[in-house]
Amino acid sequence: MSTLNLTLKVWRQAGPNDPGRFEVYEANGINEDMSFLEMLDVVNERLIAENKEPIAFDHDCREGICGSCGMVINGVPHGPKKLTTTCQLHMRNFKDGDTIVVEPWRATAFPVIKDLVVDRSAFDKIIQAGGYITAPTGAARDANSILIPKQIADQAFDAAACIGCGACVAACPNGAAQLFTAAKIAHLNLLPQGQPERWSRTVAMVDTMEEYFGSCTNYAECEAVCPKGISIEFIAKMNRDYLKAKFKDRRAVVKVDMTEAAG
Amino acid sequence: MLSGTRARGVQPLRQRRVRPRIWIPDFYGSAVGKKAVMAVTGIVLLGFVLVHMLGNLHLYEGAEKMNWYGEYLREIGEPILPRTGLLWIVRSVLILAFALHIHAAYSLTVMNRQSRKTKYQGGRDYIAANYAARTMRWSGVIVGLFVIYHLMDLTWGMGGADFTKGEPYQNVVASLSRWPIAGVYIVANLLLGMHIYHGAWSLFQSLGWSHPRFNHWRRVFAAAFAAIIVIGNVSFPIAVLTGIVE
Amino acid sequence: MTAAWRAHKKGAYFANPCFTQIHPTCIPVSGDYQSKLTLMSESLRNDGRIWVPKNPNDTRPPNQIPEEERDYYLERMYPSFANLVPRDVASRAAKRMVDAGYGVGPLKNGVYLDFKTAIERLGRSVIEQRYGNLFDMYENIAGENPYEVPMRIYPAVHYTMGGLWVDYNLMSNLPGLFVLGEANFSDHGANRLGASALMQGLADGYFILPTTIAGDLAPQLNTPVPSTDSPAFREAEEGVREQINRLLSIKGSRSVDSFHRELGKLMWDYCGMARNAEGLKHARQRIAELREEFWKDVKVLGEGESLNQSLEKAGRVADFFELAELMCQDALHREESCGGHFREEYQTPDGEAQRDDEHFAYVAAWEYCGPGKDAKLHKEDLVFEYVHPTQRSYK
Repeated sequence: MSTLNLTLKVWRQAGPNDPGRFEVYEANGINEDMSFLEMLDVVNERLIAENKEPIAFDHDCREGICGSCGMVINGVPHGPKKLTTTCQLHMRNFKDGDTIVVEPWRATAFPVIKDLVVDRSAFDKIIQAGGYITAPTGAARDANSILIPKQIADQAFDAAACIGCGACVAACPNGAAQLFTAAKIAHLNLLPQGQPERWSRTVAMVDTMEEYFGSCTNYAECEAVCPKGISIEFIAKMNRDYLKAKFKDRRAVVKVDMTEAAG
Repeated sequence: MLSGTRARGVQPLRQRRVRPRIWIPDFYGSAVGKKAVMAVTGIVLLGFVLVHMLGNLHLYEGAEKMNWYGEYLREIGEPILPRTGLLWIVRSVLILAFALHIHAAYSLTVMNRQSRKTKYQGGRDYIAANYAARTMRWSGVIVGLFVIYHLMDLTWGMGGADFTKGEPYQNVVASLSRWPIAGVYIVANLLLGMHIYHGAWSLFQSLGWSHPRFNHWRRVFAAAFAAIIVIGNVSFPIAVLTGIVE
Repeated sequence: MTAAWRAHKKGAYFANPCFTQIHPTCIPVSGDYQSKLTLMSESLRNDGRIWVPKNPNDTRPPNQIPEEERDYYLERMYPSFANLVPRDVASRAAKRMVDAGYGVGPLKNGVYLDFKTAIERLGRSVIEQRYGNLFDMYENIAGENPYEVPMRIYPAVHYTMGGLWVDYNLMSNLPGLFVLGEANFSDHGANRLGASALMQGLADGYFILPTTIAGDLAPQLNTPVPSTDSPAFREAEEGVREQINRLLSIKGSRSVDSFHRELGKLMWDYCGMARNAEGLKHARQRIAELREEFWKDVKVLGEGESLNQSLEKAGRVADFFELAELMCQDALHREESCGGHFREEYQTPDGEAQRDDEHFAYVAAWEYCGPGKDAKLHKEDLVFEYVHPTQRSYK
């Protein structure tokens, strides 16, 4: 359990309209068992003691499942360890004397609110466009009465593992959100309950995604940084479903007034 | 402390048209649609580049065979089609493929630039995005410009070398004997190879052709295709410079 | 928590706050900065054996301590259930061992959960199949490999059975306020089984509420939603603004986190796994003093018009003081041991919980009476018609 002395270059930005800049902080006596966010907590307590405003950053569960936390650490969203969110990155992954550069997610659709906190409501718009199933009200039917092959259930589960953190957008050189959208589409399109609205959902969610984000040119950088290991196979599936929706199953796509949906 | 609870301030970067359109332009209007079109036009261009390289191997069979091949391309399709009829159909398809490929690439580039208005200030450390993938626009533009020069050089006879219509063998030797031009051909084909290395794999994803059973082979296919084209095309200037073909 | 507490301050009863569940297998604290104690799934106890060194001053690495110098204390104290005793029993036993000085790890604040026997018996690949991702998670966080050295674990607070009081339609005592999932007190009573938080959320949200909310909403069809000009809304908004301005203007010397940690330590020490009257009275007094100090000396930098996480935390911690006081009041008044509430004065000679069904078989629903004041008790009697409570034994 050794201690590290680190230099942090952290992005500080007072508000959305502030241009922002990097500030350098010395983080000394950092215990290697600390998580990255606990290290920032310690730095913040020291800042408060000096009457300086602490670094703002998003966090919630601190165990890698809620999707709240996210910062670009040394040029990689969520930092150097694969399949690991920022909150689960521990300081033993760094060496004594390291300089760590910390920056928020960068995307036009994720405006910076303050310091490392960005507004990810564009993801909510994509979900609102079709990331749900329409279910009848009244008494709920027995969940086990719908038969689903295990391989399909497993695949849908893999897609559902997406926590919506936005690392994919942050990593993508094009600022595209395909991995997120593909995961959210796939997890419903694979299941029987998702079939009635499958084509409308695909078109609506893809079209909404394209209103905010860039386009996918298959770098696969998203898959490499995704803390839940979502595969780009889902992007291929989304493309397949979109092609089918536009060519084969056009009549099943319900026309949605996009200006209202985007509202 | 989810940011979604504060969310209100994000406006879409671009609005989708509400007026219904005919389904094909409507499909092309989306980024996914454009990528699918780039994939299909890419396949057409890949097919052309392969056939072109294979056909040009006639160079190694000597002047007579090579010049016969050039004439053959103009006669093929007779008598159903007039002379150069089929050739012009193929050329039209290629021109259309190039035009769509380039237009789609241009629109998507504009879309992608807008999606990250503030660049990363602290540098990026890419894990999976390889050099070939990140330079597609550059390799594409340079190859595109090279294609125009190549047409000037060996089809229209405006490339600065001795040119006789109907004698492709001699034209090739005359042009590629100039080592700076040979260098240009080699560099352009290396860039084409990089472009194919990413493009021939990327087209599978864009068209949704993905299955664990063959996914690994997609990369093998792309690498092999790129290698074959590069080796074949680069062999010509080298053969001329070293005197193997004269 | 904040939303439930604010509802409570507006009149919703808060029920059974003293029933808190401690989970026996969490990764032990590694320092003062600890913000989160990660849970290791209880399924690990199926195959792991819990032990501490017989010699409290043994500083040898665990693999060098021979079998006869190990105290497999659960197997010793509870021969028939051994390592599979229920959570509260396992947690109390672990705390006893660590408090007595047998703790392991750099801070001597854990016990070993050892898989050596299981790996020898079943083979590493079986263990990897069963617990692979848990072992990876442990190694990621603690930096030690559980395939080679024993895991270190210690109990931590995991779940609160208490919450806002609701009826069988999931409506609180405030008409139209429905409370679902862990925010309410229902379904679990005084204790709960694993994975039931998810289950309760689904049961409440998928099966119950869609039917019961109709009863409340149907008569309100076409009733317009009150505007933000209504007196109730304006009063609430003024209250929030006033609190925000107050927190920002104190400009004291202590950070919000320092108060939060001190409060947490108090609660863990005096209102945690094992409680007694003296400790609870002391805690209540200390919490009240700390609360006063908070309102005089908290330092919240920045202003209130833009995102300010310190301000947000300050608002939450302000509520936590009052919740802590209510928890101590509830724990003090419930003079029995029951489920997640263990009073040292009320235990069987074997150390098991001793209930007093004659006097305490009711839900304690508390009504807020103002800051620093005792809450008012409302009892909801529990009537058992078919299955009657008995005394359990894990010997």
